[in-house]
Amino acid sequence: MSFIVDYNCFTPLGADLQTTLCRLEEGVSGIQLFEDRELLPVPYYAARFPEPVAVHQGFTRLENMLIRALEPVLERNPVQGRALLLVSTTKGNIREISATGPGEGAFLPVMAGKVARYFGFGETPWVVSNACVSGILAVAVAGRLIDAGIFDTVYVVAGDEVTEFVLSGFAGFQALSSGPCRPYDKNRDGVTLGEAAAAVLVSKDPGLFRIAGDGAVNDANHISGPSRTGEGLYRSICRALEEAGLSATELDFISAHGTATEYNDEMEAIALDRLGLNEVPVNSLKGYFGHTLGASGLLEAVISFESARKGILYPSLGFETPGVSRSIHVVEQPEKKPVRYFMKTASGFGGCNTAVIFEKLH
Amino acid sequence: MNDRFYIQNYCEIRNGEILLNGERVFSAGNESFTDFAKMAYRHLAIAYPKFFKMDKLSKLAFLASSQLLSEESNTALVFANRSSSLDTDVIYQCSIGDKEAWYPSPAVFVYTLPNICLGEISIKYKLYSENSFFVFENFPAAFFPAYAGLLIRTRKADDVLCGWVEILEEDYRAFVYRVGKEGLIEHNEQNLNRLI
Repeated sequence: MSFIVDYNCFTPLGADLQTTLCRLEEGVSGIQLFEDRELLPVPYYAARFPEPVAVHQGFTRLENMLIRALEPVLERNPVQGRALLLVSTTKGNIREISATGPGEGAFLPVMAGKVARYFGFGETPWVVSNACVSGILAVAVAGRLIDAGIFDTVYVVAGDEVTEFVLSGFAGFQALSSGPCRPYDKNRDGVTLGEAAAAVLVSKDPGLFRIAGDGAVNDANHISGPSRTGEGLYRSICRALEEAGLSATELDFISAHGTATEYNDEMEAIALDRLGLNEVPVNSLKGYFGHTLGASGLLEAVISFESARKGILYPSLGFETPGVSRSIHVVEQPEKKPVRYFMKTASGFGGCNTAVIFEKLH
Repeated sequence: MNDRFYIQNYCEIRNGEILLNGERVFSAGNESFTDFAKMAYRHLAIAYPKFFKMDKLSKLAFLASSQLLSEESNTALVFANRSSSLDTDVIYQCSIGDKEAWYPSPAVFVYTLPNICLGEISIKYKLYSENSFFVFENFPAAFFPAYAGLLIRTRKADDVLCGWVEILEEDYRAFVYRVGKEGLIEHNEQNLNRLI
């Protein structure tokens, strides 16, 4: 069995988990309007750090974000035994590339190696880069490695930045929102990008939560469009439930992906409907943090751990009028609810999906 | 936990050649990767026009996998490389680098993620299966047996297609192989270091 022992985050809402959570509970969003022609020729909404991030010399901004997220976890839980650093990112130090080629820092193993050396990890770090499911897939991978007895502890850290590279890419897809994103809402019109880092310690030793089951199944349908039947997500959740030995309705809440594109949110609603999860409370946290790409799955898991611990379901900020074709229970106001089992899901380019079910202990 | 798994078939692509289980199945001259890939596609009679829209990493992964996969199997895809999608990232960066000629192409941008090649393979072979893409400095000879083994043991997959698919400009190398419960070459670090 594998357990969640500790976690933290570093977000535009706050430099640590407690500050982030306080702001989130006040209903504050990190999303703002930017007019910044260096990054995008047109104004855009995004959740960016309000102040400069860098503290440690010789490290990039993203590496500093990863260090800031992970440092408190390592201070409370020093490395011992067979410990792995597992880094999740989609674009890493993408600003280190130019038209002539990638700089040394753009290689993900270089970035991960710097963070590993900073904290004194003996083992070579692993990097998972699997589009927008990376962050939550990394938790699933960590749990599997511990279950298989390959490592005693896995320190998962995830991060991505708002850059010209990703802003222009989503703009090229006509996928950027015209205002702060509105997951599952009738008037949703696209993604708001964000940047953040998050860290989770997964261990063989009992902790706050148990990883009860997971699944990560491909849509086998399209590389940039979600499946119209939600096939991969449906199958991912089925596998996670089966592994956890649960029926769908035993889930107390779901932290879903909810990017606020028309097709993603609709696809998720179809998958949840096929599973009979219509009544189970669902939120998307993108309204607070934007879509933080390779960090999103881990960051949203971290916030959901606190949600489960406190027995408060956080509202899906930006949602007002139901805008998906199937009936789902989107959390609109903070809801008090005792939580035992909850699920984090994500979906991404390449047709990837991941679902991880956690059990709150004690 | 001590059950063993085996490398059943393996395909290598490097220096203008494709080798299946160590035997050459295709050889081109000193072509660019793109020309080599086109010639290989024709030689192997892969009738799949979507191939020509793919980026170089996807073409490389697709060609190697085409020699090993069957449709609709519960075969997990576990791939890794050193350069992630940096080859395509640089091409995309060129399309946005000049503010006067700013044209972010969605058709290029979608390939700026390394796992897209897994999506391409899954679509072609109708694989509703486990997918994950990892990035390592060097061929991870210890990682593949550990991770593929746990996927089969935990019944997440019946077998696993493992792949090292590295490409940056004209430097390319693929080593893709299928792992299952039966076979002749045990799937372990020592054998991988011998084959790679």
